[in-house]
Amino acid sequence: MITAALIGNPNSGKTTVFNKLTGSIQHVGNWPGVTVERKQGYIRNTSKDRILVVDLPGVYSLSPYSPDEIVSRDYLIGTQESRPDVAINIVDASNMERALYLLLQVSDIGIPMVVVLNMVDVAEQNGIRIDRGKLSQILGCEVVETIGTRNMGTSEIGDAVQRAYDSGAVPKTITYSGEIEECISEVQAVIAPSVRSGLERWCAIKMIERDGMVLGDLDGDVVDRAMAVITEFEARMEDDGMQIMATARYDAAEKIESQCMSRSAKGKGRDTAVSDRIDNILLNRYLGIPIFLAIMLAVYFVSIQTVGTWGSDWINENATSWLQETVADALERAEVSEALTGLIVDGMIAGVFAVIGFLPQIIVLFLCLSILEECGYMSRVAYLLDRLFSRFGLSGKTVIPVVIGMGCGVPAIMGSRTIEDEQTRRITVMTTTFIPCSAKLPIITVIIAAFFRESAVVALMMYVLGICMILMSGIILKKFSGVTGKPSPFVMELPVYHTPTLRNVLINSGEKSWSFVKKAGTFILLSCVVVWFLCSYDWGLGFIGSNETGGSILSDIGGAITGLFALQGFGNHWELTVSSITGLLAKENLLGTLAVLIDPSGSGTGEDGLLTAGALASFCTSGEAMAFLIFNLLCAPCFAAIGAMHKELGDWRLTGFALLYQCVLAWCASLVFYQLWLVAQGMTDPVGLAIAAAVCCVYGYFVAARDPVGAIRRNTERRGNGGTTE
Amino acid sequence: MKLEDMKCGDTATVVRVTGSGQLRKRVLDLGLTRGAKVKLVRVAPLGDPIEIELRGYRLTVRKAEASIVELEEGAR
Repeated sequence: MITAALIGNPNSGKTTVFNKLTGSIQHVGNWPGVTVERKQGYIRNTSKDRILVVDLPGVYSLSPYSPDEIVSRDYLIGTQESRPDVAINIVDASNMERALYLLLQVSDIGIPMVVVLNMVDVAEQNGIRIDRGKLSQILGCEVVETIGTRNMGTSEIGDAVQRAYDSGAVPKTITYSGEIEECISEVQAVIAPSVRSGLERWCAIKMIERDGMVLGDLDGDVVDRAMAVITEFEARMEDDGMQIMATARYDAAEKIESQCMSRSAKGKGRDTAVSDRIDNILLNRYLGIPIFLAIMLAVYFVSIQTVGTWGSDWINENATSWLQETVADALERAEVSEALTGLIVDGMIAGVFAVIGFLPQIIVLFLCLSILEECGYMSRVAYLLDRLFSRFGLSGKTVIPVVIGMGCGVPAIMGSRTIEDEQTRRITVMTTTFIPCSAKLPIITVIIAAFFRESAVVALMMYVLGICMILMSGIILKKFSGVTGKPSPFVMELPVYHTPTLRNVLINSGEKSWSFVKKAGTFILLSCVVVWFLCSYDWGLGFIGSNETGGSILSDIGGAITGLFALQGFGNHWELTVSSITGLLAKENLLGTLAVLIDPSGSGTGEDGLLTAGALASFCTSGEAMAFLIFNLLCAPCFAAIGAMHKELGDWRLTGFALLYQCVLAWCASLVFYQLWLVAQGMTDPVGLAIAAAVCCVYGYFVAARDPVGAIRRNTERRGNGGTTE
Repeated sequence: MKLEDMKCGDTATVVRVTGSGQLRKRVLDLGLTRGAKVKLVRVAPLGDPIEIELRGYRLTVRKAEASIVELEEGAR
């Protein structure tokens, strides 16, 4: 079997070529330790050996900074025993200089290479013609021409990989100016005994670039001797290694390009001209942002309001209940115990379908998003809104999950995928559920109907609160750099617009939807079974009826912890605390549970099985209800959203941190609200008010201070050293 | 001269890239090396970031981050 690594710039048509090569049978996973997607698949219809293609992330360089770049270089270098047999290098024919800049670094690694000259049709339309034979001669490897979107030339790639593997010939070394080559060979001589044979030139060049990863791998004295050579060289060149190498490589790329490319004046820059005309409207000073909002609204309307929801509603109302009834009947006839029937029907089936119910929305949403992504609009979104969000530690692309979050937090969290910067993506995942989703809307509705004469202003305030909390959290979470990752600079390519291909869109959205079902599904199922158990059993493990809640383990737990919410007012009613827990299953559950607990006779229950406004109004005060509402809007989302969060954050430590952050923020926000409400009512509680003020100060400090986390840690250490225990 | 001093449609040539670390490497990797010609295409509706053309493609960069690129007027 031959292993081939597929590498190329972002937007070079790499994904299209990969999809054509491997068909729909691909394996998608993550690279170990990072949330960078790893895709691989076998080339279809190979003539001799089977060829496994590993799709590396799209990168501009093999620098040691972003996770994408590190994953790519580590895989290409590999180890003596395991490394790719062939590198397939995708070169966008209409963007050659930048592609060659990356290619020159790959060829230094010294594995057989095949160059795929992609998008030759686009280049030709732009009046660019590339002499394939000449390019192949210069680089010393085979060059295949393709038009990825039309399946032209992709079948030749397999044959070319086979030939490159059989001959084992490594690409020619492209040399730079005399001074640079002299320095490279001197450094090579110094490090030769310490690096793997074949990698001397690559390592020497990376050392001149002051590449931390290569420097870190070598012994101190070898590094010192090599650095002496490099410093002397830099002094002679009156420049530093990083800039010398980048300039030399781009100069070499320019030279190669001019040797094998001919430009005709006809059609020069046609594509850019079309893109420019589109951008004159879409990125217009006055129209740009309104158009963006209109597009977002359309995506929201299609996936959350109409098409997606029809599917979800159908599953929730018909398919789920049909299956539950059928299974329940069958189990009853088979005389299965009531407890086991409950577990299967109300625990497992309800749990699984809680996930399946989201699928139509997710699929439609991902279809829309991948169309926007494929055609090149997504990069423009970041460009349009960056100014507004960057000061809060977020990016323009944060808007997309926030808008979708008004419908449902699950697709919103998964929609954060389109954010490249790791820090921004994590913060977005952790905060996006602060926006009231459609399942929280009935809670808002009932409470304002009970106490505020259905005031739309109060409802709107809840959305404003959500947005404020997202922005504030952006500032705060940015300071937990250990949890949220490193920010990366905003230097981004704006690709030329092109028509998305149906195949890419389908594969892309299919993959994302399926991975949600797989990963989130297992966790949600488990959580649903646990909560079902807690609400259906008493402490003697006696079965009290499916989801009976009153008298169950859950109601006792709720009763026990209700004191935690004394300062928020709603702790006076243990029923409210318990319903917050069942809200974890799905937020709309909360009203159902509350209806049963407040008035078991059923008179407080509306036709839809939820609590009526009248029953609520006679049960608690408006301040308590609002504090309860604020807590539930901001605290940990439902299990489905938690599952999605875990999938996007990649590990439980981060997910746990996110949930803790959300719950603490919810606790504090509802505390501050309730204490202020008491003051407004003339019933000031001095202790509570003092705590509320303290909470505000702590948040204020975290927003204002430059490095609060570091300061607290240093303080703790200092005290620890002083002998006191913390 | 800096990128932020340019007006839409102006062209300039890169002299050097200052600064350090990931940002500098990224800027160099994307082709803002000595001698490269750049053209300021447009400024985002909210005044930042800016869009430039170089080496046949379009790049956006925040003004603050673009300030590490030193330019001289006109195309050499």
